[in-house]
Amino acid sequence: MKVWFPFALRALLLFLLIAFLLVPESFEPLFRSLVQPNAPAIYNQGSLLSLTLLHLKTVFFATLMATIIAVLLAILVTRPFGSEFLPLSRSLVNIGQTFPPVAVLALAVPAVGFGEKPTLIALFLYGLLPIFENTLTALTNLPQSVIEAARGAGMTGFQRLMQIELPLSLAVIVGGIRLSVVISLSTATIGSTVAAKTLGEVIIAGLQSNNLAFILQGGLIVGALAVLIYDGLSAAESLLARRAGAR
Amino acid sequence: MRIRFDKLGVVIALLAAYGGLGAYFAVSKPNRIVQGQAKPILDALPSWAAWALLALLFVAAVAALLRTSAWIKLVAAAATLLALALAMGLTGHFLTPAGNTYARVSPASGFWVLLFAFALLAADAITRLKPPPWMRVLFLILAAAGVGGLLVSGSWDGLSIMKEYAGRADVFWVEAGKHVALALGSLVAAVAIGLPLGILCHRVEPLRASVLNTLNLIQTIPSIALFGILIAPLGWIAATVPGAAALGIRGIGAAPAFVALFLYSLLPVVANTVIGLSGVPKDAVDAARGIGMTNRQRLFKIEFPLALPVILTGIRIVLVQNIGLATIAALIGGGGFGVFVFQGIGQTAMDLVLLGAVPTVALSFAAAVILDALIELNSRAVNGARSA
Repeated sequence: MKVWFPFALRALLLFLLIAFLLVPESFEPLFRSLVQPNAPAIYNQGSLLSLTLLHLKTVFFATLMATIIAVLLAILVTRPFGSEFLPLSRSLVNIGQTFPPVAVLALAVPAVGFGEKPTLIALFLYGLLPIFENTLTALTNLPQSVIEAARGAGMTGFQRLMQIELPLSLAVIVGGIRLSVVISLSTATIGSTVAAKTLGEVIIAGLQSNNLAFILQGGLIVGALAVLIYDGLSAAESLLARRAGAR
Repeated sequence: MRIRFDKLGVVIALLAAYGGLGAYFAVSKPNRIVQGQAKPILDALPSWAAWALLALLFVAAVAALLRTSAWIKLVAAAATLLALALAMGLTGHFLTPAGNTYARVSPASGFWVLLFAFALLAADAITRLKPPPWMRVLFLILAAAGVGGLLVSGSWDGLSIMKEYAGRADVFWVEAGKHVALALGSLVAAVAIGLPLGILCHRVEPLRASVLNTLNLIQTIPSIALFGILIAPLGWIAATVPGAAALGIRGIGAAPAFVALFLYSLLPVVANTVIGLSGVPKDAVDAARGIGMTNRQRLFKIEFPLALPVILTGIRIVLVQNIGLATIAALIGGGGFGVFVFQGIGQTAMDLVLLGAVPTVALSFAAAVILDALIELNSRAVNGARSA
């Protein structure tokens, strides 16, 4: 019972999420008691499904860019050529985390204007840090014997990177991506304060019209997405870790 | 002799060249929200000051380029940052026509690039110096004193951000107080509840997974939603529990913001307490038991001090995160620097956004430096005790 229970729970969550996005009206009785008698109980200023897809799209592209740049940077500072940047990059990561997302978002607006772009920039910058940190940790903590063996076998630096170092680090890198995605999913809602089309619109509409049902709907969809994606990436991570261990 | 360049110095020199010569230094606007006219350094400053600044930038860039001692680089970076700050103040007075109270002068991309480049140089120099914790705090105090001195001297009064401040100086300090009270108050509450909860989770194994999973779930709720969701239960408490409203508990305002920050803070505090306590070496606990220490003595004299650095790391995460998240409290009427950020976004007045964002960033940066120093002092004490 213990083994299948969490799976069943997640399957149920996924089912409820999809059902809610496709036919939100059928959930109306659940939310009815939360709002004033004449107020709408289900978000009615746009399609929840399309907002969810836009939300996921924004998070996906920001995370994709963040992953590419963070992994490249981490590779650069761990090569002999870039080793001079290693200590600095560590403290930059530390400093970067002290910038609150709202501030990043607000400061990006004068540079690129309102809409999706400042949100993408804030999510990208904020997503960089966990991925960079994890990739760096993974690349600097590889077992020395394996690297030596690869060198002994006559592999070039590039071969070592592609065939040994990156595959062995992959699980930890995915761990960083997981952290980054969960932060981004939540931060993207703040993007709606600068007119980005995300699920934040639902929450903000609720805040403005004092409609608790809207707030809950936006919050719960984002929460459910975060839980499901977090679990999916956790599973991928342990699969990769097992595979790396088996090699 | 072959001159060897510092690789980071090359990056900084390129940034400095672009920021100093290729990009605009300041923007001058006839009023607060219209498009402005961008000016390069030579037009934004009286010519003596412009050339002096360019000369200093050149010298500092050379110092960055060469492989010199980290102290020289730090001094060069600090001098350049100070000069940039003074120059920006001078620009504010220089570009504002006398007697015109509508004109606005604000820093442009070139200034920000230069600031970034030389802050990078300073960060690199400080990293290489590996200063002890007290010296990092000293650097922070010096920087704070420098900024404070500039603010008091009125050197920046010609700048747009200070004009935004001058218009709402008293509100600014009220919101600053609210911001700090929200961030610190919720931290104190989270530590007061989270530490015992973490100790309990450490002692009672079956509890651990369920508590941590619940707290993890809370983290997935987006902050603006959690702030909003809490409006309802707190409004209900205020309406039904006698005396609650008198305590300041209301549906909107600071109360839901406080509770939301508290809930977000619990996970790092509880999780790090559990990790810290389980990282205490088993022989230390056994030895304490062997010399007849009670459960309570073991906890306070052995386990807790040894776990302190990890617990402090959790507190650092919480404090930095709370200072950032407290900006969102403004959306539900909770006050804080977010008030200026969201007002600024609403009025497309970016200097007003800066008035909210800059103090927030400065606060969380200072909190991070101070707590990092504390963590290092404590982990040294722990390591010293271990090796003794």
